Amino acid sequence: MIRGFFILLAFQLVGEVAARGLALPAPGPVIGLALLVVALSLYQRWRPLDEEALAESDLGKAARGLLAALPLLFVPAGVGVVQYMGLLREQGLALAVALVVSTIATLLATVGVFLLVKRLTGAKGEA
Amino acid sequence: MTPFRLWVYLQTTPLFWLTATLAAFLVADALAKAAGRRPIVNHVLIAIALLGGLLELTGTDYQTYFNGAQFVHFLLGPATVALGVPIYANFALVRRNVWPLAAALLIGATVAIASAVLVAKAFGAPRAILIALAPKSITAGVAMAVTEALGGAPPLTAVLVIATGILGAVIVTPLMDALGVTDYAARGFAVGLASHGIGTARAFAVDPVAGVFAGLAMGLNAIVTPAVIPALLPWLIG
Repeated sequence: MIRGFFILLAFQLVGEVAARGLALPAPGPVIGLALLVVALSLYQRWRPLDEEALAESDLGKAARGLLAALPLLFVPAGVGVVQYMGLLREQGLALAVALVVSTIATLLATVGVFLLVKRLTGAKGEA
Repeated sequence: MTPFRLWVYLQTTPLFWLTATLAAFLVADALAKAAGRRPIVNHVLIAIALLGGLLELTGTDYQTYFNGAQFVHFLLGPATVALGVPIYANFALVRRNVWPLAAALLIGATVAIASAVLVAKAFGAPRAILIALAPKSITAGVAMAVTEALGGAPPLTAVLVIATGILGAVIVTPLMDALGVTDYAARGFAVGLASHGIGTARAFAVDPVAGVFAGLAMGLNAIVTPAVIPALLPWLIG
């Protein structure tokens, strides 16, 4: 568990250093996330790592624990909205319309492109 | 110690607001559970409302609250990195569907950002709102980091992200049924991309294949949207 947490923090640290040092546009934790996926793929080449072994590893356990608590972790930042209530009220209509239109447009675009390209490339099978 | 002195003491330690944050979350979660976990009754939103009300009631400023709550907030960073584990675990699915996934991901992510920003801009929304709105389709921790990197207001993003999650979760099933889309991989991928974790939870409730593809879309979009926004936003906002 401690080793798993260390791996996550170490990747975040490398991500933050890379994001700031190289002035990358993406946030540090996202760089850390991408690096972790790459590292796991490389690791898998010299030592087979199936889904079960990964889930039972220190890293898998630490990740599962943190991700189970993920909704709680948004709360402190979300409470910061008390500082913006005026702006939210003022822009309420613009935001409501933007969110509804954008959510429907995103669902339609994504499902449409997915089905179209699947048909074009003849990809078969779902899982 | 008088009650007033006691209150002053509690305000100076992180303990009180940290405990309050967990308590509010547990109450909100119990309410959501009692409501059968319908997407419209969102536990994160209820917890935020409870704590916001408590701050108002006690006349506490946000900085004082955050001094305690920052210990929970800090874990968002490692938790974001931890998303790499389920993404990696589903890589076999990506390899088998690489072209539909890649195309839907790039176009879906672009539509999610551009449509929201352009509609709000047409209503005359200020720059701060447009920045906060741009990453609204990705998971809250990453979305807030994107907004912060652009000099926007992360709390606004957090609320917009949750609202988007709820909207997508409520809209997806009637919309896809009306369109006659029966491919649950495609349906799941769309709702995960548009509405992150809340959409993914909804997808799992409808169909297991939809759930897996929704989780995949959420993870991949958490990587693609932060990479696309810095290039797209100056062009959209002008």
